[in-house]
Amino acid sequence: MSDDLLELAHAVVAQARPGEGMEVYVARGTETEVRAYEGAVESLTSADSSGVGVRVLVESPAGEGTQAGFAWAGSLDPTVIAAALADARDNARFATPDPNVALAEPDGVTAVELDLWDEGVASTPMEEKIALALELERATRAADTRVRQVSSADYSDSRTEVALASTTGISSTRRRTTAFLAVDAIAGEGDETQTGTGFTVGRGPSGLVPHEAMDDAVRRATRMLGARKVQSSHCTVVFDPRVVSTLLGVVATALSGEAVVKGRSFFAGRIGESVAAAAVTLVDDPTDERAFTASSYDGEGLASRRNVLIADGRLRMFVYDTVSARRAGTASTGSAVRGGFAGTPSAGCRALVLAPGAKSQEEILATVGDGFYVQSVTGVHSGVNPVSGDFSVGAEGLLIEGGALGRPVREVTVASTLQRMLQSVVEIGGDLRWLPGVAAGQTLAVADMALSGD
Amino acid sequence: MGTVPRGSLGRGWVGRHDDYDTAVTDTALIDPDVLERVLTTALAGGGAMAEVFAEDTVTGGATLDDGRIEELSSGRSRGAGIRVVEGETTGFAHTADLSEAGLLAAARAAAAVAREGGPGVRTVALGPLDNHGPGGRTPPESVDKARKLELLTRADEAARGAGGSVTQVMAGCGDSRRRVLIANSEGLLVQDDQIRTRFNVTCVANGDTGMQTGYDALARTEGFEIFERSRVEDIARLAAERALVKLAARPAPSGEVPIVLAGGSGGILFHEACGHGLEADHIVKDASVYTGRVGELVASPLVTLVDDGTVLGEWGYFAVDDEGCPPARNVLIENGVLTDYMWDWLRARKEGRKSSGNGRRQSYQHLPMVRMTNTYLLAGTEDPDEIVAQTPSGVYVKKLGGGQVNTATGDFVFGTSEAYLIENGRITEPLRDANLIGNGPEVLRRIDAVATDFDMTPGTCGKDGQSVPVGCGQATLRISGVTLGGTA
Repeated sequence: MSDDLLELAHAVVAQARPGEGMEVYVARGTETEVRAYEGAVESLTSADSSGVGVRVLVESPAGEGTQAGFAWAGSLDPTVIAAALADARDNARFATPDPNVALAEPDGVTAVELDLWDEGVASTPMEEKIALALELERATRAADTRVRQVSSADYSDSRTEVALASTTGISSTRRRTTAFLAVDAIAGEGDETQTGTGFTVGRGPSGLVPHEAMDDAVRRATRMLGARKVQSSHCTVVFDPRVVSTLLGVVATALSGEAVVKGRSFFAGRIGESVAAAAVTLVDDPTDERAFTASSYDGEGLASRRNVLIADGRLRMFVYDTVSARRAGTASTGSAVRGGFAGTPSAGCRALVLAPGAKSQEEILATVGDGFYVQSVTGVHSGVNPVSGDFSVGAEGLLIEGGALGRPVREVTVASTLQRMLQSVVEIGGDLRWLPGVAAGQTLAVADMALSGD
Repeated sequence: MGTVPRGSLGRGWVGRHDDYDTAVTDTALIDPDVLERVLTTALAGGGAMAEVFAEDTVTGGATLDDGRIEELSSGRSRGAGIRVVEGETTGFAHTADLSEAGLLAAARAAAAVAREGGPGVRTVALGPLDNHGPGGRTPPESVDKARKLELLTRADEAARGAGGSVTQVMAGCGDSRRRVLIANSEGLLVQDDQIRTRFNVTCVANGDTGMQTGYDALARTEGFEIFERSRVEDIARLAAERALVKLAARPAPSGEVPIVLAGGSGGILFHEACGHGLEADHIVKDASVYTGRVGELVASPLVTLVDDGTVLGEWGYFAVDDEGCPPARNVLIENGVLTDYMWDWLRARKEGRKSSGNGRRQSYQHLPMVRMTNTYLLAGTEDPDEIVAQTPSGVYVKKLGGGQVNTATGDFVFGTSEAYLIENGRITEPLRDANLIGNGPEVLRRIDAVATDFDMTPGTCGKDGQSVPVGCGQATLRISGVTLGGTA
């Protein structure tokens, strides 16, 4: 259990000097990874890791504000923690004093209890985990004669425990398990090659649905065979749920209160305005147990809460951590995110869900009639700018012809701006999928995008 | 891979440091006697090879954002990864506990895959320690934090001074000192001390058409001395100018156009178009469009491509790779003909050859795999301005962003972060950011001009969840046609 971690965190916090603020983040994890290839185990990794992140806050000598310093170490050894504490203290001397720099304080919101721990991750024998990867590889190779290679079939799982304590009264623990099966299929016909990735996620091995991973990988690879570039045009683009999850992750960047107060969000100053089609309701809800990133507490130890960011197309709020909230003159929304013990908190969306519509993917394709169905995108980090909103990504997928999926298309891009895309949402699917990452996804249709090909 | 463009700064990418004044310690990170016992234990149940990769990395970083120096960060990561290779199977375990007990426990966990029984007791004897000194003159810990922060303040002032429309500046500096030790059952015992320093600036400019961003960076496998040659003000102004120029940018064209890539714009074209596809782990699994094509013409005869971990001080430089193998200058494509792939220990062994010095890993918590180092196109003979002048219409890309490739199909994208229209052989209006998309071998065949103005840029390459620093280089070149993903 995480009690010993919380004890350790409190023991470090107890070393704070008078007038010094301190926050201690302690984490411990275990992970397993099995990669199968050609009927054998290609690699088997098992590892335990742990670490600590310490933030120290002091009032500046001249009283202009607070200075914060941070240090981390990949160990829970007492001498290593002592060294991190000393580093954090030294680092604090150099920060620009800022009256808005502060630690989170308990705000009376009660944490929702979530069951995110599956004992099966620890209790399942390694042989069974290996068998899952081997069987996935075998079944994928056998699923279709056109599958000529399975470049990887991976089983992985993890157990993570985190404790957080501070001089301001924060005291929280959270723990989570995940299990993951993923497969990369390569399909070929003649000289041509196409690829498809499939996966399934769960809290433990028993929550995995291996045939979903296999079916997805094989379908995605084989249906792309024969793909060609097409003429450039403007058309309605229907995005696959996985792509929608990725895109929402980018929109999330612009909904961060930190981006807003620092003048880096195209949503800045638009609270109350229509920023999306009326059908768009976007909720950030880490208290939903089904979300991959669900958690009772945020990265500063405040209770997670459900935040409605866009309601019926209108921008309602941004997400804040403690410091960005103080800069904006508001309160934290329980939205501090941090990259484990080596990261400092910042404001971000944690578990986004676009309110699902009623239609299935088939019904949406039928409604759209003609357009382009995007099964996967590339270059999101190089072609989507969450500050300007400029959007241009590599895409592969299938033409939508006569209301159904038609011939495969590759080596094209789809482009617009995020602002225009949100306003041009014409259909939101009911086929919500809980995916690894910061957002869930469902089929989504966006009108009038530029498709670039020949 | 997301590149970190560097502009025209930090030249002198070939040459040697002959002025190291930092003492080389001859102590190993872990006692060789302990290592021998750990490796012997790792092979107790059989196995063809056992390896200990130990690491002690200290990192430091600071960010200036919104006019304020935010909290400084210091980090320490210390531990060992142990692998045991038996047949086609690799067992791997890592631990932060570098005591003999901790290492032995990890060795037993890694050996669990090789318990089929082997040759019986086999004692490992290590050779003498091959110790490489610090790859930098001024290591991070020898520099006052205040001096590093002064760089951030100077960058902030320079960026804000570039124009009133610059509304936000984020400047970051970071450094790391990574001591690694590699010991294996073949008797290898080698140690390296890698020092890296980076500085980057992102600016936001605000105009009538909304906000735009500009970025520039400097990153080298050296110490604080990099700031003797490069001025942070220049980096800051370049970043600011990139944001400012795009305020007046029009949407990029949509469809196939001729592209001129500026020298040093971020040789990421080759990193994506063929670099990843020439990594032997993809090749041996037939998951690359370049599999089985050695000896074939895979690119324009103007293309000679090299991957070279020996380029001293460059972002992808090291004295030994993460398997203890010295780096090499590996010619991958010569005059358009595919000559070889890049290899790590595991994939080379499968083919009965030697590693090419491309076995790298993000940290002791990761297994090594085939990775690029500094990948560059050799310079050509043409004048860069002439190449533009001889392009009636097209797009001039002054700076590239990141990119991504599917090695099995060869389809890849790379993004522009500063681009202009070419009209009647002249560079004219700025364009908004967009991705370009193409197929590796097709695009390489369409390179019809290469200039003399070679330059390198540093980047971070991501593969299978691991990030490593790499360099990319190229002179100005033209591709006769690539699909540009604009909206116009």
